[in-house]
Amino acid sequence: MTSRPTVAIFDYGIGNLRSAQKALEFAGAEAILTNDKSILKESDGVVLPGVGAFGRCAEALVETELFSIAASMAEEAASGAKPFLGICIGMQLLYNGSDESVGTKGLGVINEQVRAIEGDVKIPQMQWNKLKCNFKHPMLKGIEEDPWVYFVHSYSAPITEESVAFCDYGSDLNAAIAINNLWATQFHPEKSGKTGMRLLKNFLSLLRSNQE
Amino acid sequence: MRVVRIIPCLDVDEGRVVKGINFVDLRDAGDPVELASVYNDQGADEIVFLDITASSDSRETLHEVVRRTAEEIFIPFTVGGGIRSVEDARQILRLGADKISLNTAAVIRPDLITDVANEFGKQCVVVAIDARRSDKTICGFEVFTHGGREATGLSLLAWVREVVGKGAGEILLTSMDRDGTKDGFDIEMLKAVSQEVSVPLIASGGAGNLKDMVDGALSGNADALLAASIFHFGELTVSEVKKELLKAGLAVRGA
Repeated sequence: MTSRPTVAIFDYGIGNLRSAQKALEFAGAEAILTNDKSILKESDGVVLPGVGAFGRCAEALVETELFSIAASMAEEAASGAKPFLGICIGMQLLYNGSDESVGTKGLGVINEQVRAIEGDVKIPQMQWNKLKCNFKHPMLKGIEEDPWVYFVHSYSAPITEESVAFCDYGSDLNAAIAINNLWATQFHPEKSGKTGMRLLKNFLSLLRSNQE
Repeated sequence: MRVVRIIPCLDVDEGRVVKGINFVDLRDAGDPVELASVYNDQGADEIVFLDITASSDSRETLHEVVRRTAEEIFIPFTVGGGIRSVEDARQILRLGADKISLNTAAVIRPDLITDVANEFGKQCVVVAIDARRSDKTICGFEVFTHGGREATGLSLLAWVREVVGKGAGEILLTSMDRDGTKDGFDIEMLKAVSQEVSVPLIASGGAGNLKDMVDGALSGNADALLAASIFHFGELTVSEVKKELLKAGLAVRGA
């Protein structure tokens, strides 16, 4: 493998994917926006971004016929195959569903439901927040002691044993999960300055080690 | 925990930052790309670019500046000025911006807010509002467009409710009475708007010193504080502002 791993970003007609692409390029990847299944399969790793509503993202995956491949690639990553990174709604999509869009199915990799943020706080959480995290996890290796990252969300996945980072907003929220090579963040690493850039570089390291 | 954001604003004309021209040290660094990078290093939480160029020929210049800036900063980056359609928005986002700011075009056609929100998500849509005190509206504040040149007769609070209903993810509220005066933010106006709607509120216009910044967040209940000249003229740095907010008991990122 070349020193610049290839990252394929699911381009399923949702939102603005350029930010994620340029941040991955800056981190050292060859980043491609694509809806081509063979490119997704041939890449060294994939990123599933997502903004807006859960239901619209899930439907867009179905419409672009990328739902099944996203589900299987996420499942496989969780068993140690090609690394997969979900960002924001791309993390929430890994769950069975969301209270935001009742009746719409998620990818169902994690058997839980995404729920509305509760407490006396403004919705959405649209701000930087500090992570409380497991600094030893490969996702968070080398990040600053005070890791500030940028969040934009109104719903949140429950905290489970897969959680590796949390943030305090009304209560503790699940900020990131990792199951083997399946990583996902509720925050936006591509907009989170140095901390986010470190995380993306860690993801590229995972791609490289996965090839060895 | 609410974490107050500090947002330097670059008013860009023909590819140059215009408010900084009297500040000697910045004269040579009047390139918006370089300034954005300086603010990024100072710990700015976000950068806002407002294109104030009148001629449409300069869109190309703006696009180039947006593209170059987006390649260097990895914090949220909002671009406004002259965005009149979903296609205009798409173009700016493709260059690497994260959010679109709508102002006059939203007043002319409020459904533009919905169209952009449906296409890119509410988090992507900032509605910028220029308002001043006026006895022509019930709430005592009137909305202006076209860079503050045209009165609309719209009541600020009615307009705020409408834009949130249409899908605005944030409101960037500029007090025309205070803009450039350094008399502090219009606290009363900020309070009125923050009580009216729950989307994040960015305060703009009038910040002249550290106390003004604290007042904007504490008394005005703003979620973010935007300023231009005090940063461009080197009177305050982003980190000085953050330290002061911290002292006042507010949470900020990385002070």
